[in-house]
Amino acid sequence: MSQYYTTTDHFVLVPALMLALFGCAVLLFEVLVFPHPRQRKWLLLFVLLGLAFAGAGVWRQQNFLASQGIEELTAFGGTLTVDGFAIFFNWIFLAASLIVTLISYRYLEVEGEHHGEYYGLILLANCGMFFLATGTDLITLFIGLELMALCFYILVGFLREDRRSNEAALKYLLLGAFSSGFLVYGFSVLYGLAGSTKLRAVADALASREPWDPVVFLALATTAVGLLFKISAVPFHMWAPDAYEGAPTTVTAYLSVGSKAASFALLLRVFLMPLGAAREVWEPLLAAVAVATMTVGNLAAVTQTNIKRLLAYSSISHAGYILLGLIAGNETGIKGVLVYILVYTFMNLGAFLVVVALRRKDLLGEDLDDLAGLVYKSPGYAILMLIFLLSLAGIPPTAGFIAKYYIFLALIETRHYVLAVIGTLYVAVAIYYYFRIVRSMFLAPLADTGPLTTSFGLRLALVVTGVLTLGIGIYPEPFLGFAQTSLAR
Amino acid sequence: MTFLDLIWLIPLFPLAGAAIMLFLGRKLDPQQPSAVALAPGVGPAPGMHGLGHAGHSHAGPGKKLISLLCPGTVLLSLIFSIGAVAELARLPEKTHQLILYTWIAGLPFQTATGSLARFSADWGFLLDPLSAVMILVVTGVGFLIHVYSIGYMGHEGGYYRFFGYMNLFVFFMLMLVLANNYALLFVGWEGVGLCSYLLIGFYFHKKSASDAANKAFIVNRIGDAGFILGMLMMFHVFGTVRFADVNRALAGPGYAPEASWGVLSVMALLLFVGATGKSAQFPLYVWLPDAMEGPTPVSALIHAATMVTAGVYMVARSNALFSLAPATSDIVAVIGAFTAILAASIALVQNDIKRVLAYSTVSQLGYMFLACGVGAYWVAIFHLYTHAFFKALLFLGAGSVIHALGGEQDMRRMGGLKEKLPTTYWTMLAGSLAIAGIPGLAGFFSKDEILWQVYSSPQGSTALFVVGLITAGMTAFYMFRLMFLTFHGKPRMDAHTLAHAHESPPVMTVPLAVLAAGSVLAGWIGVPKLWTAFPDAFRSFEHWLEPVMLRAAAHGADAGHHDAATEWLLMGLSVAVALGGIWVARVFYLRRPELPERLAQSAPGLYNTLLNKWYVDEVYGAVFVDGLAKGGGTALSEFDARVVDGGVNGTGWLARFTSQLSIWWDTWIVDGAVRLVSFAVKVVSYPVRLLQTGYVQAYALIFVLGVLVIFGYYWMR
Repeated sequence: MSQYYTTTDHFVLVPALMLALFGCAVLLFEVLVFPHPRQRKWLLLFVLLGLAFAGAGVWRQQNFLASQGIEELTAFGGTLTVDGFAIFFNWIFLAASLIVTLISYRYLEVEGEHHGEYYGLILLANCGMFFLATGTDLITLFIGLELMALCFYILVGFLREDRRSNEAALKYLLLGAFSSGFLVYGFSVLYGLAGSTKLRAVADALASREPWDPVVFLALATTAVGLLFKISAVPFHMWAPDAYEGAPTTVTAYLSVGSKAASFALLLRVFLMPLGAAREVWEPLLAAVAVATMTVGNLAAVTQTNIKRLLAYSSISHAGYILLGLIAGNETGIKGVLVYILVYTFMNLGAFLVVVALRRKDLLGEDLDDLAGLVYKSPGYAILMLIFLLSLAGIPPTAGFIAKYYIFLALIETRHYVLAVIGTLYVAVAIYYYFRIVRSMFLAPLADTGPLTTSFGLRLALVVTGVLTLGIGIYPEPFLGFAQTSLAR
Repeated sequence: MTFLDLIWLIPLFPLAGAAIMLFLGRKLDPQQPSAVALAPGVGPAPGMHGLGHAGHSHAGPGKKLISLLCPGTVLLSLIFSIGAVAELARLPEKTHQLILYTWIAGLPFQTATGSLARFSADWGFLLDPLSAVMILVVTGVGFLIHVYSIGYMGHEGGYYRFFGYMNLFVFFMLMLVLANNYALLFVGWEGVGLCSYLLIGFYFHKKSASDAANKAFIVNRIGDAGFILGMLMMFHVFGTVRFADVNRALAGPGYAPEASWGVLSVMALLLFVGATGKSAQFPLYVWLPDAMEGPTPVSALIHAATMVTAGVYMVARSNALFSLAPATSDIVAVIGAFTAILAASIALVQNDIKRVLAYSTVSQLGYMFLACGVGAYWVAIFHLYTHAFFKALLFLGAGSVIHALGGEQDMRRMGGLKEKLPTTYWTMLAGSLAIAGIPGLAGFFSKDEILWQVYSSPQGSTALFVVGLITAGMTAFYMFRLMFLTFHGKPRMDAHTLAHAHESPPVMTVPLAVLAAGSVLAGWIGVPKLWTAFPDAFRSFEHWLEPVMLRAAAHGADAGHHDAATEWLLMGLSVAVALGGIWVARVFYLRRPELPERLAQSAPGLYNTLLNKWYVDEVYGAVFVDGLAKGGGTALSEFDARVVDGGVNGTGWLARFTSQLSIWWDTWIVDGAVRLVSFAVKVVSYPVRLLQTGYVQAYALIFVLGVLVIFGYYWMR
């Protein structure tokens, strides 16, 4: 430890550095190089370049691990750890950022809020996500979480003229700060128990204590509250429908996949490693939360008529399914969680892409009726939306089926039969509300004949998400293999 | 490369057709009125073509291409199927498995038996005698119905959309029957459900059509939940879901027929729950009659000949499992028999020509499950195969009538069409005689064999036989009631419609004639063993399916315990009942048409109960639909009100029986599941909406309450 900044440290940090540098550069470029609003499209190039550099960094890390045959690479004295798990999640974050960037420029022009800060915030949020997946130190994790969350607070309120957007941002900020308080309190208790902020030291300290030790429970409960808030699990989900509805649709899409995936990465890290010793304590707790989450998410979605709100509740219910995989906890279950998050990223983004395309100057495009008869106007969009919805509902041969299958399989393997049955029954409920959208698209007369707000980026993103949603369902092997290699933790 | 190596192409042809139609169809067929023009209530009613459409009647080149392409893909599948089946027949082992690649590959883990297993499901195809029969039925009947549709749908909007969905359906149906494992079968199972949904709702501007589509989809999901659980349980027990491996495991020494409710019986029951949804058996049959809102070729293909038989196929495919689960098999037989007679009784009094046929389909599917339940799986498939011919024929014939009358479906406004529609009449007559069970026609052989197996099999019983026999009489009656009301007597429609009534074009009548020939001849590959005058070649069907029917094949020989005289007697009895049914229909609707009216007046309770389909829809509607929509409390009071109404309307013992049924329903199903669901929706959905006030203080309060509950969990442990 003679050197403060070794080449290994640098190697590990490169993706985050790139994201942060380009994030700041985009802010400067907007002012100095592209001051005119019509030139702002060019900023996209820098965003894509930043993502490409970050991706190259992750790619080199992946190759390095594979070529050296080692499972992990630690840096900064154990503060950051690059392993298969981190790489898996970083790819998901980068893919989500890329897709959201591609669809945003046209949408923001329609909203009349096309500013460079937007892209800067996307990149900086991605930088925060990087630390959530890679960090193995309580302080780093917390700072990563806050970096991501702060960017999202601003992004949610990005439509400055829109009251809904402002309201959503304020609610999200207040409740988010509230939950961060709990989380940081939990972290401080963990530090008190271990005398170190390193996850591994915390794990050792907890393993030497009784699972039902009151101090351990205090740390566990407060940490869990903070994390469950981030993944919008019941009863800490109240912010989600409002924030999802009020935020610009592109931000909703990013929030629902990027923020959720990153929070799950943190949740898995914390619950599997330091809190793994207290599994008997948190397993029933999380099972109850998962059931409540699926219940509220699925049943509340039934009555929604706003598509964004419907998808918000649907996204709440998906968090419940993912939790089930953690509760099963065996290798299939964790693999199921990873596959689920991967699949969820693409299918949920895809569904939001179609909603993004509905927005026009004169049309909010968020009501179920705005989709009416879409198949007659734009059959391609309608069929892709059908694929995304089938996948969200978990119907084969789409990717969503594979994801749910692994979760249920893991539950059966670990003899959580009741949870498996509850999960299966809620799939039937979910069909109902997803098919309300299908019904509107395919079985309702065309209501609105205006053109969709489309762009090259949007079409490209749609094709990519559509192909992946169907492709992972039909030929899942490479993706399952990818998740498999990420299991080493 | 032989046809056997190319079986993966069989489903691919229709998929290609569907892809072309759905993505490019609108460009090919631009002259069609777009959906914009089809404002609600303005679009053509089903079958309303040819009236005032003269200007549009010339088909553009794109439309001709569609007419060529879509039936063409199914024809290609048919040719490849015939080739593959011909090669299969020459294989000594009579089975051919083609695995493209592993679809889902899992980790090894411990199954219930303690052995390590690796979950895997392939994209793999299995061609064996059972799937051979199915692909020939699907592609053969499917092709004829596609050809027919060229004429029937020719003047309707969304021509390309119709054919795209139809081709997609054929693809999924072929995946369903060619899959070599339950997981892939489930892919097809869901896919055909989706296509059925889209096609039932084809006339989307009619609210009843999109409601019917939703009803079909939702009811089917109840069955699907059972199917998934059964499949997961199967994997847990055997460590595999591939048919061949499951059958090998079941053939092992560890498994014997279960004396009571064991793991195999529960597994079989869960799969059967799936089958009751897809194959419209009690209590999940209610969606099928409503599904008649779809275009008539859809009713013929999906809701008569192919998709609804998927449940029968699945049970027959799982015969090794079901024959080890006698308790479940008994349930299958009883549900089958009960559905058969329930649906037939409803069909007696329906006035909509397609609804009569829909209930008839439900009833015939009941026969098939009855056969499965008594262990005569090959007979179930035999009846499936003959039924595909005559029921598709009857639906297409009904479509031809509806077409001729400009959309009229009510038989009370038909009559005397025999001269106007000679081809339709004679072909439908062949179909009606076949379904009624007149010796020599296809339906006779299969239905008679079912009745004989029910009587003679060790798992059968005389009571079930009597139910089957009564149903046979009802079948003959309602079919000939349909024929007499439609084609005989005086025309009851208005003069304008009568003047316009015309025979359908050859593109529609030729498929009718081919199917009629099938309805007459198809049964001659399964003549009764009793008819010793015929060589064994006429009994090849049972022999053909023997390699698939593992344990079931063994007890087929048991039938020999009964003497020939009994069998002749029962055969005579069933023919007599069929002729009796026809005779009663003749008296009622030709000789003394005032009789039915008087009968209905003298027993109003019975008549109304039947006309209202035993009030099952009302009960379901009150319990499920309103229950879900209005919340538990109102649903229950609604329910009481409706059941009481039902009791008032249906006087007499039959009505009492109905309310008994409702009470039973209330006690077992309503209390168990529905009240839970509607209660849960009410309990959760209402507070959720109430709590989602929009006030951030309220959100924080709930947040804090959640934290307190978590800490409470610590103190309460």
